[in-house]
Order: sequence, then C-alpha cells, then structure tokens
Amino acid sequence: MVSTRTGLLAGVQGVAPALVGVVPFGLIYGVLAVKAGLPALAAQAMSCIVFAGSAQFVATGLFGAGAPGLLIVLTTLVINFRHILYSASVAPYLKHLSPAWKWVLAYLLTDEAYVVSITHYQRLEEPAERGSHWYLLGAGLALWIVWQISTGVGILAGAQLPAGWALDFTLALTFIALVVPGITDRAGVAAVITAGAVAVLTGDLPYKLWLVLGALSGVLVGWWVDNNRCASKTASLVTSTEEGPCP
Amino acid sequence: MSVTFWLTMFAMGLVTYATRLSLIVLLERVTIPEVVQKALRFVPLTVLSAIIFPEILRPGGQLLVSVGNPRLLAGLVAALVAWRSKSVLLTIGLGMGALWGLQAIGLS
Repeated sequence: MVSTRTGLLAGVQGVAPALVGVVPFGLIYGVLAVKAGLPALAAQAMSCIVFAGSAQFVATGLFGAGAPGLLIVLTTLVINFRHILYSASVAPYLKHLSPAWKWVLAYLLTDEAYVVSITHYQRLEEPAERGSHWYLLGAGLALWIVWQISTGVGILAGAQLPAGWALDFTLALTFIALVVPGITDRAGVAAVITAGAVAVLTGDLPYKLWLVLGALSGVLVGWWVDNNRCASKTASLVTSTEEGPCP
Repeated sequence: MSVTFWLTMFAMGLVTYATRLSLIVLLERVTIPEVVQKALRFVPLTVLSAIIFPEILRPGGQLLVSVGNPRLLAGLVAALVAWRSKSVLLTIGLGMGALWGLQAIGLS
C-alpha cells in the first residue's frame, strides 16, 4: 500500500533527472515556434493542447511552411503512433482505475513519464499495487509543469539562444541515460540494436515512419531472442542466474 | 490566428490524446496474453533507441559514421557514462561536455 503523497513524490523524484534534458528541448521549441511565425499565445497553447515535444517541433516547421492542416494532423498522428505502444504497456497497471483517472493519466503519458513509470512498475511485487498510479501522476505533472515553463521562456527569449550550443542534443542524451541501464540481457541488446539499425536504415521515409518501424522490429527481435534463449537453455540444461528464469 | 489554425491545433491535440488513451481503455476488460506482455517489455528500450540512433548517426539527415561526427562520439561517451553511473544528470553533463569539446577542437 502506497500513500497518496509518497507515491506522488516518488513519481516527481523518478522523473526529476530526465527533466534536465527536457528544459533545453522546451526552450528550443519556444524559439523555433516564434521563428516559424507562430504568435506567442498559439505557441504556448500548443504545449498545453498537444503536449508532445517531437510532434510540436515538426508541426511548427509545417505551420511555418504553410502546410495544409490535414497534413499537419496526419503527421502528428504518425509521430505519436508510439504512444499506442506505451498505452498497451501501461494498461495492465492502470486496469483497476476509474475512467476519470485513465483520462487524466493518458493526457500525461509522455516519453519520459512513461519510461520512468514503467520501469518503476516492473519492479513492483503486485502488477497493480494499490496507489501505484500516483507515481505516473507525479511524474506526468512534474514534466507538464516543466514543459510549460521552459517553452514559455523559450518563446519569450526568442532568438537569444545560439545554435552552436547544440542544446537539442540533450534530448538524445536523456534517452541514452534512460535506455542503457535498462539493457539487462542479450534479448535487450538485440532489441536495442535492431530498433536503432532499422530506424537509421529507413531514415529517409517521410513522417518519421522509421520510428515506428524501428520500434516494432526491435520488439519482435527482442521477443524472439528471449524465446529462443529459453528453448536452447532447456535443451542444453544450462541455467543462468543473470537472465531471468525460463518458463 | 485563423479559425483553421486553431482547428488544426485542436485536432493535433485530439489525435495525440487518442493514441495515449487508446489501449488503456480498450484493454481494460481483456487480460493481455503472456506472450504479448513479454514482447511489451521491450517497448521502452526500442522506441527510445529508434529515436537515439538516427539522432547520432544521421545528424542533419545524412548517415555519417566517422570520427568527424561529434554527435556519434559524444553519444558513445554518454552511453559509457550511463552504463557505469546509471545517472541521468552525469550522462547529460558529460555528453554535452564531450560534444562541446569536440566542436571546439574543430571535429565538427
């Protein structure tokens, strides 16, 4: 049993280090949106209404280029396809909640909030430990507040940030910091390398389709290696303590 | 801003929200088979990897595997730091430090 306050605070603490990488990303979004010709209010409203970093980046470029609305919406949908995978992945942990809780938590299901929360949930004894949803709420809210403030500052600062600082790289670094410690077995290595290689090799596809292709092939290969490992283990009667038990 | 602009923006928000809510709601009455659950374990790793690898191997949209690619070298430094320290802060700090250092000595 986790109390409300402890769960919420644990979520905030869990996501806190990742927020360091989110701030520069939010600043740059604000700067880009103003440069693309979006009024300050509209740029900030996008952070509230859409609340999805990479989709916002691409959309400002499309708005700036005068792209048709339907194209912008479809692009947003494709870029955010990965959230369907997140949604499936957290579903078992949120199953017992009321609809209102699910609606709020879905709004807050960003990359960073998702990754720190799912990592936390996978360590729990019970799949749906009571009060565990407070963790996702804490992580999601903390990220929401920091995203609104940093994009707001970016909008106000306008073109003050020099491009030479390459601050956009902080996002990739944050993701590296979240991924590397999560690779605990050979299946994880295979999944990561496959996802990366497929994304790089299909990188010329439009609408960030390479993102979904990379992620899905990584999941398939990771799962296949995991299953195969167990098949060969049973045959050779070798047991390993590092890689989880075989069913 | 025009009505079209705001409609577009609300539609963007709606599709984003729909992807996030989709399976949380659709799977509530279904127990996900164990096979699928085992596959879902790889989702966080693979989605983030599919973002990271192009970011460091295709800076500016072109594949660039060489010592002349500071993002690749800085990314490797960051991966090493993340592996040894498991610290997000240290990874961002040393990763950015490496990138700035490489840019300063003119490898970019």
